[in-house]
Amino acid sequence: MPATQVPRNLDVDRLLSHHRLMWRIRAFEEAALQANTEKLVLGAIHPSIGQEAIAVGVCGNLNRDDILSSTHRGHGHTLAKGADARAMMRELLGREGGTSHGKGGSMHIADFAVGMLGANGVVAANIHITAGAAHAIKLRGENRVACSIFGDGAINRGPFLEGLNWAKVFDLPALFVCEDNGFASTTRTAAMTGGPGPAARAESLGVPAVEVDGNDVLAVDEAAREAVAAIRAGGGPRFIVAKTYRLTGHTAADAAPYRPQDEVTEAWKREPIARLAQALADAGVKGEVLAGHERDAREEMDAVYADAKAAPWPPLSRGFEDVQDAGDPREGAF
Amino acid sequence: MATMTYAEAGKQALAEEMRRDPLVWAVGEDLGRGGVFGQYKGLVEEFGPLRISDAPISEAAILGASVGAAMTGTRPVVEMRFADFALCAVDELINQAAKARFMFGGQTKVPLVVREPMGMWRSSAAQHSQSLEGWYTHIPGLVVVCPATPADNKGLLKTAIRSDDPVVYFEHKNMWALEGEVPDEDVTIPFGVARTAREGRDLTIVSWSATVHAATEAAGTLAGEGIEAEVIDLRTLWPWDRDAVFASVARTGRLLVAHEAVQVGGFGAEVAATVAEHCFKALRAPVRRLGSPRVPIAYAPPLEDLLRVTPDKIAEAARALVAA
Repeated sequence: MPATQVPRNLDVDRLLSHHRLMWRIRAFEEAALQANTEKLVLGAIHPSIGQEAIAVGVCGNLNRDDILSSTHRGHGHTLAKGADARAMMRELLGREGGTSHGKGGSMHIADFAVGMLGANGVVAANIHITAGAAHAIKLRGENRVACSIFGDGAINRGPFLEGLNWAKVFDLPALFVCEDNGFASTTRTAAMTGGPGPAARAESLGVPAVEVDGNDVLAVDEAAREAVAAIRAGGGPRFIVAKTYRLTGHTAADAAPYRPQDEVTEAWKREPIARLAQALADAGVKGEVLAGHERDAREEMDAVYADAKAAPWPPLSRGFEDVQDAGDPREGAF
Repeated sequence: MATMTYAEAGKQALAEEMRRDPLVWAVGEDLGRGGVFGQYKGLVEEFGPLRISDAPISEAAILGASVGAAMTGTRPVVEMRFADFALCAVDELINQAAKARFMFGGQTKVPLVVREPMGMWRSSAAQHSQSLEGWYTHIPGLVVVCPATPADNKGLLKTAIRSDDPVVYFEHKNMWALEGEVPDEDVTIPFGVARTAREGRDLTIVSWSATVHAATEAAGTLAGEGIEAEVIDLRTLWPWDRDAVFASVARTGRLLVAHEAVQVGGFGAEVAATVAEHCFKALRAPVRRLGSPRVPIAYAPPLEDLLRVTPDKIAEAARALVAA
């Protein structure tokens, strides 16, 4: 296992908090995968197992009133931004009490109360939305940051160019994070990407970029801390590439036969939670404390799942609510 | 009342709303120089470059960033330059703006106006001439507005800016210089309320945007022949004023829908089908539609003219309806 660099001034309390949150994300997604197996989570579900350090390291540097937008693989980001796991799981099961009353599901998980402007079903679409949120922050003269986390597949869509250029020319308080897990759906991103990759593309637009080990929560935390500080100081947009590995398939339904098993086995040896646990153990944290985080997280998410299973479907009237103010959404309906 | 052009009326509406609400701002290519049709001229001097903002030629970013800015508490007015160019931002409008409120369970709204100059104008050929308003009526979440007069361009744009819904706002390029009386005071025009451009008892002509004027001209010709056509300007296609159309058809028993857009799948089909469903007993003749043939718009004027819904064509269709 590659050692996580443990600086002398290790902030153990902060890392313990990260460890606890990473376990909550892992346990949430394992419960969601269980729900998918039991046919209670319907449609596509995109796990971020193995990528938790990025969600935690980035969001640990955002305030509640900062903005975050995410991708279809957004459970971890949403939890890390502070959303309520119970409302999220209800949303995944399409139940009343879900963050969006069961109208969005996993792919559109959102919690505007904590500044989480939604996971997005369209790759790269959230880059524009974050650029615009940052634009609004600037227009309103506020000291907030808007952050977008997207995958490596997104760098081959137009919004990557248009959105980063936008943030640069308008000098916006925007943080762009590319969660580079190596796969764009079921295709290796490298096979479909020209040139030296995301950081070079961002730099070519004048957006300072750094590349970090995305499975090392300390490294992500540190990169995000520096980037957010620079943005808050008026430095304009920043870009972070966090290299990781998607330990599951693209969706729960994807067994990912397109990659060799030993590659996955090797990747599990680098997964971020165990690496952080090792670093904390090296710093003297007792094993029972770390095990307690896992146990607490699993208990919490088991309860969250049980709650969601018991929750009712949304009333049918929800199907006609929040369409728009103008006109009658029932017009033309049966 | 003051006399002003359709373009000036739109500019006045935007300026008044920007003075009223500091969260209203406009963004688009070339706005700092007044916009490509001059419809923003002088605004940057009053409001500054932050609120009358230039933009890179990045239609998807212009619209997509405006969605994010609308969800973060501002009210963007987005200039798309040509309706045709808005097609570069279809995901941002259809998948993002139109759906965010519903998809997120009412956690957000997207108060956004997307101005899309439309229609045939100065031999602009296939990629700068289209009338695509019907497309957007198909998308839940959007409002679709097609003002036909300077007064309506002011009153409807003010309503659009105050709306919490994303509004697709079609200004016809051939009407920029059209003059008309416009109220001086703060007048808004509600969505979904049609305007009777001319009263008549023999047939109902439903139209919107520039074709309203062709219909009104046709009605003048028809009056000389003893045929009194009622011309209804829908003003907004979603929501649309079904009651006004039903009431008129109940009186006249005949309906002609005329629009510049391609007839196949155009919004005229929605009006015709709705009237057929609800007013069958009142109809004294089959409903008739007039729209463009399903052909891209050509550059050469005689070829372009082949596609125009002209006053002559409207009058001819009206005569046939009344004779049926």
